[in-house]
Amino acid sequence: MKTLKSLLIGAAAAAFLTPASADNGAIPLSLKNHAFSPTEIHVKANEPAVIALTNNDDSVEEFDSTSLKVEKVVTGRSSGNVRLRPLAPGRYPFMGEYHSETAQGVVIAE
Amino acid sequence: MLASLLIVFREVIEAGLIVGIVLAATNGVARRGLWIAAGVGVGVVGACLVAVFAEQLGAMFEGAGQELFNAAILAFAVLMLTWHNVWMAGHGKQMAREMREIGALVSAGQRTLAALAVVVGVAVLREGSEVVLFLYGIAAQGGTSKVAMLTGGGLGLGAGAVVSALLYFGLLAIPAHRLFSVTSWLITLLAAGMASQAVLFLQQGGYFEILTSTVWDTSWLLSEGSIAGRLLHTLIGYSDAPNGAQLIVYGATILTISLLMRMVPGKRTLPDAIPTKAATQL
Repeated sequence: MKTLKSLLIGAAAAAFLTPASADNGAIPLSLKNHAFSPTEIHVKANEPAVIALTNNDDSVEEFDSTSLKVEKVVTGRSSGNVRLRPLAPGRYPFMGEYHSETAQGVVIAE
Repeated sequence: MLASLLIVFREVIEAGLIVGIVLAATNGVARRGLWIAAGVGVGVVGACLVAVFAEQLGAMFEGAGQELFNAAILAFAVLMLTWHNVWMAGHGKQMAREMREIGALVSAGQRTLAALAVVVGVAVLREGSEVVLFLYGIAAQGGTSKVAMLTGGGLGLGAGAVVSALLYFGLLAIPAHRLFSVTSWLITLLAAGMASQAVLFLQQGGYFEILTSTVWDTSWLLSEGSIAGRLLHTLIGYSDAPNGAQLIVYGATILTISLLMRMVPGKRTLPDAIPTKAATQL
């Protein structure tokens, strides 16, 4: 319980700190008519990166990627940051879960 | 239709497995049905609220509101699971010993029903809010595909419920004297998985960005995207590419719960009236 308590306290404390500055050098990604643009995002391997996702549709979308370990809800006409962990070289597909027929993309770490 | 079936199935199954474990862990406890139904009910209402206020929630804490909220409710569920296990290990066992009947263990379970109801509520809220957002999107869109999509959603709900029921009845097939230790372990692993998921959410929100590199990758063996991978992810927190911080928290959670379960004093004499008192207190 001690570990858990300290975790909780840590989480609470963190809530009062500002999150690590992420907007510098964020990679823009937009959503329009339930499709991503661009559909390919290139990042440096083994370095963290941030995607700034702007949803230009009226409907809500969830940026979802099993391989990137990300689930992020971005409501209509709003934006949100998606943080990528340092990635080994490779292809990491992502999708808009609510419109997966059209909303597809891939992050390429190299 | 298939798309909506899969989405709803995926979310329902994740919450449903947790409900299945909780039902098995409280097998025979009086009024557990009421508590767990209340947990599900509050979870559904909470899911709708989270979906309605998704925009406001997301905008909090410099855009990290969604992640912090998820991490916080997961951490809370971990605490509740820990409390349940530790209480059952100590007082529950002692009461069973004193009264020389299995029924005592069952009465002891009433003490932590509220905690488990919270866990069920959190699970339903988390998975449910995604279903609500998705179905709301369909409803808003209109068009001919609407009926097919909603039918798919209904089928997904049914299929998820069936798999959860299978887990529950499978657990009940375990002999009664073993069931207690099996559910204790399941709950410990469930808690560890939730704790490691909470770490991931914190890192997604931009907090505790330490040891974020992937330690190993077993996606070639069992992808987290596959049905089996998802089931294991929900049940024991399986990740096909865990990072360092996640692994440490996962291990620390198991260790902490196990140690607390061993350390908790079982020798304390409890008042005779505990079972009935517990029932009225909760």
